[in-house]
Amino acid sequence: MKEPVIEMRNITKRFGDVIANENVNLSLYPGEIHALLGENGAGKSTLMNVLTGIYRPNSGEIYYHGKKVSIRSPKQAVDMGIGMVHQHFRLIPPLSVAENVFLYMPDCKKILRQKEMEEAIDACSREFHLDVDASAKVWQLSVGEQQRVEIIKLLYRGADILILDEPSAVLTAQEAVEMFKVLRKMADSGKSVIIISHKMNEVMQNADRITVLKGGRVEDTMEAADATIDRLTRAVVGDREFVPQVRQNRTFTEEIVLQAEGLSVKNDKGLEAVRNVSFTIHAGEIFGIAGVAGNGQKELTEAIAGLRKIQKGKVTVNGEDLTSLSVRKHIDKGVSFIPEDRLSMGLVPSLDMADNMILKHFGSEKFSRRGILKKKVMDETAASYIERYDIKTAGIHSPVGLMSGGNQQKLLIAREVNGNPSLLVASYPVRGLDIGATEAIHKILLEESAKGTAILLVSEELDEIFQMADRIGVMCDGNMMAVLDRESADYETIGKLMSGEQL
Amino acid sequence: MKKIRLEKKTTSSGFSVFLNSVLFTGVALVFCAFIIAAVGFNPIEVYSKMFRKAFLSMRGIRKAIESGLPLMLCGLGVSIAFRMNLNNIGAEGQYAVGAIFGAAYVLYGPELPRVPGMVMLALCCFAGGALWALLCAVPKAFWGVDESITTLMLNYVALILLSYLCLGPWKAKGQNVGQTEKIPEIFEIPEIPGLEISLAFPVVTLIALLLFFFYRCTTSGYQINVIGKSLTAARYAGINIRKNILLVLGLSGGLAGLAGFVQYAAVTGRVQENMPNNAGYTGIVIAYLSRFNPIVVIIVSVLFAGLQNSSATVQVMGVPAQIATMIQGAIMIIVIAGDFFQRYKIVFAEKGGKAS
Amino acid sequence: MNLIISILSGAIVYAVSVMYAGIGETFSERAGIMNLGVEGIMLMGAVAGYITAVNTQNLALSFLVVLLTGTAFGLVFAFLTVTLQADQTVCGMAMLTFGTGLSGFLGKDVTGVAANLKFQTMPIPLLKEIPVIGPIFFQQNLLVYAMYVIVPLSLFYIYRTKYGLYLRALGENPAALDSAGMNIFAMRYAYVILGCAMIAVSGACVTLANTNFWSPGMTAGKGWIAFALVAFSSWNPLKLTLGALLFGFISCLGSNLQIYLPGVPTEIFSAMPYIATIIAFILATGNFRKVHTAQPAALCKPYDRESR
Repeated sequence: MKEPVIEMRNITKRFGDVIANENVNLSLYPGEIHALLGENGAGKSTLMNVLTGIYRPNSGEIYYHGKKVSIRSPKQAVDMGIGMVHQHFRLIPPLSVAENVFLYMPDCKKILRQKEMEEAIDACSREFHLDVDASAKVWQLSVGEQQRVEIIKLLYRGADILILDEPSAVLTAQEAVEMFKVLRKMADSGKSVIIISHKMNEVMQNADRITVLKGGRVEDTMEAADATIDRLTRAVVGDREFVPQVRQNRTFTEEIVLQAEGLSVKNDKGLEAVRNVSFTIHAGEIFGIAGVAGNGQKELTEAIAGLRKIQKGKVTVNGEDLTSLSVRKHIDKGVSFIPEDRLSMGLVPSLDMADNMILKHFGSEKFSRRGILKKKVMDETAASYIERYDIKTAGIHSPVGLMSGGNQQKLLIAREVNGNPSLLVASYPVRGLDIGATEAIHKILLEESAKGTAILLVSEELDEIFQMADRIGVMCDGNMMAVLDRESADYETIGKLMSGEQL
Repeated sequence: MKKIRLEKKTTSSGFSVFLNSVLFTGVALVFCAFIIAAVGFNPIEVYSKMFRKAFLSMRGIRKAIESGLPLMLCGLGVSIAFRMNLNNIGAEGQYAVGAIFGAAYVLYGPELPRVPGMVMLALCCFAGGALWALLCAVPKAFWGVDESITTLMLNYVALILLSYLCLGPWKAKGQNVGQTEKIPEIFEIPEIPGLEISLAFPVVTLIALLLFFFYRCTTSGYQINVIGKSLTAARYAGINIRKNILLVLGLSGGLAGLAGFVQYAAVTGRVQENMPNNAGYTGIVIAYLSRFNPIVVIIVSVLFAGLQNSSATVQVMGVPAQIATMIQGAIMIIVIAGDFFQRYKIVFAEKGGKAS
Repeated sequence: MNLIISILSGAIVYAVSVMYAGIGETFSERAGIMNLGVEGIMLMGAVAGYITAVNTQNLALSFLVVLLTGTAFGLVFAFLTVTLQADQTVCGMAMLTFGTGLSGFLGKDVTGVAANLKFQTMPIPLLKEIPVIGPIFFQQNLLVYAMYVIVPLSLFYIYRTKYGLYLRALGENPAALDSAGMNIFAMRYAYVILGCAMIAVSGACVTLANTNFWSPGMTAGKGWIAFALVAFSSWNPLKLTLGALLFGFISCLGSNLQIYLPGVPTEIFSAMPYIATIIAFILATGNFRKVHTAQPAALCKPYDRESR
């Protein structure tokens, strides 16, 4: 057997009282693609941050080519040939591709010669079949191209160990296939690749070996050839019987709540992100939107919630035209919104639970009279939410930023459904949550739908969409590719639509 | 082997903030003692003289409260803006314009009985300061123009205007210095009988209490709080940011304008050429040290006013009056540095690597 | 003609005195640290240089003391904002207050004392003979000539060298540089200190070149004008130069017109640069239409490794 390039032994990393990694062992061989599988929060990213010198482990050892090393800084990791492509790219948008790469070169010439730099990068990208224009400014590139720039950065720097954090999350299906081909070529040339993922299928198809993390510990390590969905599932979610709540009977009526007609919306860069999208949602219906993140879902949901200007088209809720009304008017007309970015948009982390609970309703008769807040009612209501939605917190007056993600999301959803909405827009409501919280949140959504609320559910997890939705719309590159009934839809069709193929 | 490590704290209580501030104020005083000694004075002598003068006599305390009045109002005004993350550095100018509006009312306003006349005078000063702040609030609210530079630049404009008026058209007859005529008696704020403290003090304290209540218990205060903590969340909640910028900067400037009113009607009795005398800037330091808590602003203002008054005492020793500003600045810098310990705690931990 | 020449050459003198601070602040802000305390540090530079000039009668030594003063303030400011990650606005205000107070305090002995020592006008032979251009550009003092070199040099540094590349990245995404193994803290310290030293030189322009006396608070808002210039020059030294010249022109226009318009209150002329700053600032930075801002993305954001 070959000697491992990297061996991590008994790594433990704590943040305050939270244990992110506990006695983790991991070895990596040259020429292999090694997948780290696990749910969000299982400690995958933390472990890789330890390996790349961003975090220092509380205890444990790292061996590099059999020699014990302590990786004190990212620089040291880079010098050892360990490079990481983070989920959020570390690129600098105003700089060109070449400048972004040379930024990381220790032998970058003191005086920059743009031409030379660009030629060198073009040569490197040709060698590894990564097609990128070296003179382009990064902000002009698509997400897939930006990811390639990140990979070029590592390769040009001479990295032997490449770590990619959820590399397929931002890509379309075709782009992902291309990317894995590139990774395979690199492995064949002797480099080692670690991919962090929570997608079992992807890992089984593309990796050589798989390590499953759960709750900060290594649950299982196996050859990809020995892996089965069953074995992986058990390692990832544990032995607990997993019964997804599948929506049983469709209760929705013919009454139309949301009608979107020919919507066009721009993104923050001023480019068209939603193109001529039309659909309707009925009372009591759950309308799922499937698609790779970043294909216009964010802009669409924000436009429907009144947070983003609608360039063209019309949004009506219960027959009323809301197209150019303020956010406040949208709230008053019964549009609730669970934003994808709950901590920076949906909640104020430094305020307490009671204050967050009235974020949209401080002016309602229930919580205030003539501009004076009813503190007692606020406290009582907050306490009742804790009980009703099983929210775990240090108290209604402790900042919500200290609560766990699942509890934050429960609070957020509790607030949104207690405004008695006619339309609930839920963007990735369970992203990053554990299974318990996910179930609880799905339960609330189903209850709400039973009450007759129209729900727009955006998700990148097809499982979730199939469990919850009555009808499924698929988005790709700002277009609504098709709207299907759940009964007539299957994974394959939706996957094709997500990657932009017409039916 | 033990090793020192820093760990992030998640919360810190109001009491520990207070303790920290007091402790590091002490450190700042020690630091300034070195500077004072370096210039060639005996710091112990300087400090003890200052302290005795300012706080160990009834007269000193009375003076501190009196000259603390404009500081309190500037501090309260700055606090309300800073609470919403608006850097109103223009309290100095808003104060000056408040005073100008007051003098204009006294010169050209209609004659009214005592109480309504005084209320009108106060309203004029408030309006002057508010208007001056709104000159910056409007570009901020509508075009996103950063308010720190515009408010600051307007300070210079306001002070030039004030000195023009005090040396020119409004100058009192037969005077060498730039100041207006004495305020008519009906506008003078009376003293509390028996205490020799201006009635303005309880009124300003009441304003502080009202602000305290406003921040905690009203929907307006709540909105300011949310905007200050998270602009994205405020937008998401449908809070009207534009309206709140105008409201808060207007209130902030208005309170600073009221500083012009109390100085005019309760302290100097005239509008003077260099009237704000840095109160607007000191207000910023006070607001920060008080953590924007209105009641603490009152207390810190009195302490700072005492410090400033006592600097006049040591001037006879040859110590420049700027000693007060220097000490204030040093306190601010060192307390900011000390705030580090509010966010981090020092832990003594086993050296990493060799775990059992 | 003479009037125009005198206005223009005065404009350059004025412009240079804010450009040192402006370019210094540009470096600091490009590194992601906003220093609101420009005015206070400028005053410290002004008084420190002047005190040394009065006491030693040595111009080179005075200039060195100016640089050291700026460096000391830069160290403190960097310690607060980079190491302790304190709020930059509040720290800037603290530096402003402390600098203003300390300069007044230290300057007590030299207030009203003549140093009779300053950067004298040094006409450059030959070049000074060129009509119009000569008297405007080449009959200036050393600090002005130095600026003729500093502007192209800083442009070259920012846009054409490796370190400039790092600097441009530093204000945008420090985490990216950190993961590349660069020392964010050292770089930010260096640029903050460089910035403060240059701001202090601006102060020296006031007491040791443009005039030759000291009075407390004598910079009269020049530091703030420099600060405003940085934002509306989009962090570009060339645009900053143009902006500074414009302000120099406006302010010299005022003081020169004063003589010809005796009926108009002089206050109008002294208020003009401030009003011009406000209007220009609103026009340059207001988003009347949706425009892309050139502000460094990480400006005002402390860099904390463990919270990413």
